[in-house]
Amino acid sequence: MRFEAPTSPEDAASLLAATDNARVLAGGTDLLVRLRAGQVEPEMIVDIKRIAGIDAITSEDGGWRIGAGVSCAAMGEHDALGADYPGVVEGAELIGSTQVQGRCTMIGNLCNAGPAADSVPAMVAAGAIAHVVGPKGTREAPVFEIPVSPGKTSLAKGEFIASVYLPPRGARGGDAYLRFIPRTEMDIAAVGCAVNLSLADDGTVEKASVVLGAVGPKVIEAAEAAAALIGTTCDDTALAACAEAATAAATPIDDKRGTVEFRKDVTGVLARRAARIAYTRAKGETS
Amino acid sequence: MAKDEFQSRQFKVVGTRVPRPDGVDKVTGRARYGADITAPGMLTGLCLRSPHAHARIRSIDTSAAEAMKGVKAVVTRADFDVTPESSGNRDVLDNVMAGDKALYDGHTVAAVAATSRSVARAALKAIKVDYEVLPHVTDVDEAMKPDAPVLHEGRQQESVPEGYSQNVLARSQYGHGDVDKGFEEADIVIERHFTTAATHQGYIEPHACLATMGGDGKADLWCCTQGHYHVRDTCAELLGMDTGQLKVTSSEIGGGFGGKTTVFLEPVALMLSRKSGKPVKMTMSREEVLRASGPTASTSVSIKIGARKDGRITAGWGDFRYQNGAFEAMNGALGAMCGFAPYDLENVRTTGWEVVTNRPKAAAYRAPGAPMAAFAVESVVDELAGELGMDPIDFRLMNAADEGTKAAYGPTYPAIGLKSVLEAAKDHPHWNTPLEGENRGRGFAVGFWFNFGGNTSVSLMINGDGTVSLSEGNPDIGGSRASMSMMAAEELGIPYEHVRCVIADTASLGQNDITDGSRVTFAVGLATIKAARHAIDIMKARAARIWGIDEEAVEWVDGAAQPAGPNAGKFEPMTLKEIAALASKTGGPIAGHFEVNAEGAGVSFGAHIADTEVDPETGAVKVLRYTVFQDAGKAVHPDYVEGQMQGGAVQGIGWALNEEYIYGEDGILQNPGYLDYRIPVASDLPMIDTKILEIPNPGHPYGVRGVGETGIVPPLATLANAVSRAAGVRMTSLPMSPPKLLAAIKAAKG
Repeated sequence: MRFEAPTSPEDAASLLAATDNARVLAGGTDLLVRLRAGQVEPEMIVDIKRIAGIDAITSEDGGWRIGAGVSCAAMGEHDALGADYPGVVEGAELIGSTQVQGRCTMIGNLCNAGPAADSVPAMVAAGAIAHVVGPKGTREAPVFEIPVSPGKTSLAKGEFIASVYLPPRGARGGDAYLRFIPRTEMDIAAVGCAVNLSLADDGTVEKASVVLGAVGPKVIEAAEAAAALIGTTCDDTALAACAEAATAAATPIDDKRGTVEFRKDVTGVLARRAARIAYTRAKGETS
Repeated sequence: MAKDEFQSRQFKVVGTRVPRPDGVDKVTGRARYGADITAPGMLTGLCLRSPHAHARIRSIDTSAAEAMKGVKAVVTRADFDVTPESSGNRDVLDNVMAGDKALYDGHTVAAVAATSRSVARAALKAIKVDYEVLPHVTDVDEAMKPDAPVLHEGRQQESVPEGYSQNVLARSQYGHGDVDKGFEEADIVIERHFTTAATHQGYIEPHACLATMGGDGKADLWCCTQGHYHVRDTCAELLGMDTGQLKVTSSEIGGGFGGKTTVFLEPVALMLSRKSGKPVKMTMSREEVLRASGPTASTSVSIKIGARKDGRITAGWGDFRYQNGAFEAMNGALGAMCGFAPYDLENVRTTGWEVVTNRPKAAAYRAPGAPMAAFAVESVVDELAGELGMDPIDFRLMNAADEGTKAAYGPTYPAIGLKSVLEAAKDHPHWNTPLEGENRGRGFAVGFWFNFGGNTSVSLMINGDGTVSLSEGNPDIGGSRASMSMMAAEELGIPYEHVRCVIADTASLGQNDITDGSRVTFAVGLATIKAARHAIDIMKARAARIWGIDEEAVEWVDGAAQPAGPNAGKFEPMTLKEIAALASKTGGPIAGHFEVNAEGAGVSFGAHIADTEVDPETGAVKVLRYTVFQDAGKAVHPDYVEGQMQGGAVQGIGWALNEEYIYGEDGILQNPGYLDYRIPVASDLPMIDTKILEIPNPGHPYGVRGVGETGIVPPLATLANAVSRAAGVRMTSLPMSPPKLLAAIKAAKG
């Protein structure tokens, strides 16, 4: 097995392109576990953490750029980012334990393409854009398009995500992410739901996004659930309609983590609860 | 040996909270666990495991693996050319290395030893096993049906009536009186059906061992176990060795809870060492632990109880169907014995069923068989109390067993602590503080465990400087080094710090039974006290010799020999240290020892109270408050006793709420890891409050009863009773995981 630690994104891309079975190493909290369990046997590991600037959170055109080497703990400690995107940060902070938080990255979580990835729904709800570097140059792709099915991404051979861009928050915006786990920590989502809202001057919802995790082969944009909130003040009627639409949008399977019926029910519950929190945050109230 | 009589006394050391002797080693990493043992030139051993739930093994081709560079030995069942005498050890052999059939997902079918882990892994892939996949069964009720796939032919005992599958190996029945008459006398009868899932003990440390066997056939084995004598005896038979040629040393142990009363890797490692001529180290991964060690039985239980309006139970009936995995076990019998043990019943009848399925063999797990039985019985008792409009504790007090009660499983109780436990719970602030708020419920239940004594051997050396070296032969899984040192210090009249207790290997002491049945503080404690008394007798004789008086004229008081009275002569007392210093001049080294098959282990009762809150929209359960009451006889080291009570409660909470072995339609375990096998994490739990009661065991010199197991018996029912109240629907199936609870809440609402 070869181990490489390039210092430029171009070098990383050409190394990745040159090998059939290469893996990107950022935090390593998934890759090392899989290596040890014998689930993957890559020919080459490309550590991207030595690329300059890859561990930075930077303000850019009113939004935020988060590098592929940024640990979820670093996101949690970034007050300005947390003020703009509390839902994105709380999703990232749910990954693993305190120890894992110091290493794991949001982009690693995205690129594992796990249906239950906690950081993905809020990124998608925020309209986040992935900055993809590949052997043929760079491209920008909506985060929603990165995962395609469990364990599979839309990234081509040699491509990796160097950063994710969160667009400007704007005034009167707020987001939230909730997941359901049977325990209180150290668990994997049976259902995840992110809600991102922007309010008009009169306090009604102008733009909304409701995104579901763990209830389909990839993250789901529940457009009707979002539509149920637009023009409302997230009153009980609107929240009930949002919940019903979210339940309808969920396409879970029966497995060891829950039944179809349970997951659809809980999807609605979380959509309602997350919408209430996002609305409170958008209004500038504490939640 | 006859039971030893309890004598009331004032304790100086026993009952205090002295520092634990293993603490520094464990927090600094100096402690050596199973996987920490190494030897020069050692190989790595790995097991090849069946990917099928049930399959005939047509052939195994190991030639490619054997030809690989770095592979030093490959072992299959063909290498074990013995037929053990007992059916138990024949089963152990079949379990550690499959014979003609693989009986469960994860069953070992071959093993390799190689110069590195990666070579060993590659060698496993090179072994070709030709399987004929057979139909399988993993559910207990399905396995009992006459047309179920059969695991073993010809193993059914005569106790099983006709009409059942050969998977039903045994039936056992207990009780007295006339239950039909009892139910006729009842004003109210409740009958319910219950199920529980298989759970794992969840010890932190996976199984691990290091085996070395020389060309002369002598062998040494280091392993993580609850009973190294048992490991020695079993391995010697499976390897065709004389017992005395195998020395087994137990490592520090990272939890067992009954799950390490077993033998899995050890005979395989010894065989690999015999074939390779090198030391072989084997460690299980967590996945292997979950797939192929010993979880609990899953169960299907029917309970019927009748009571009069005045609250007196008139009859109890129970049918306990236990899924024991692929080999014979007696969990069903234990469940049938324990379920009604807390009650004074005129009419009681229980039946236990032992059923094999295509799952790993069930091992002991803290009071094996009892928690599931208590879940079923205590749920119906709770419902009866509710129907009768009685307080759950008052209802139990009215029907509680006491001294002289003929127990549901046969014997008549000596002094027991159940009523004291119930009264302590009733008087406790937890029970007397109203539980307010929506979706909340309080539960209560009691539990029973037998406890055990067994073969025990202890040696106690008086060192020249007046310190004491104490050797016991049971791995310290619950504080036995501290407790034994305390009892030795108490008896000898010296400070606790002057005693160091070690766990001796199998060549250094007589037979010691497994650390099970909550036996160690009772039985090894008894032997320690007797070994100390033996040493005291020798020291008194030495003093008598120095003073020139009769041995009978010397008594032992506060750590010193002194003349027994004015007529004995006038001499200054001689301390233990002074006598020790003169030992070589007065007859040589001074050591006490004691060997016994201890009887008189006192039964132990416990009661638990839990407050829970249910999220009616998701089925999530939060445990708000929890209190454990338990009779310890005498708490030698209260910290450890409280730890046992808390640990039992926590494991029971996990069993009640989220832990379960989940098998797919294909008979493959779906959740062999701690992500999807959900043990409670710290943030899931409130502080577990404890209340130790001390009703002396008449069969121990200090009144000690075992405390390790009773604590896991009540929590399943306690949680079920609490959650049922909080959710407004009676929960009869464990775990009460959110999907199951939410479905029950929705069904109840219509």
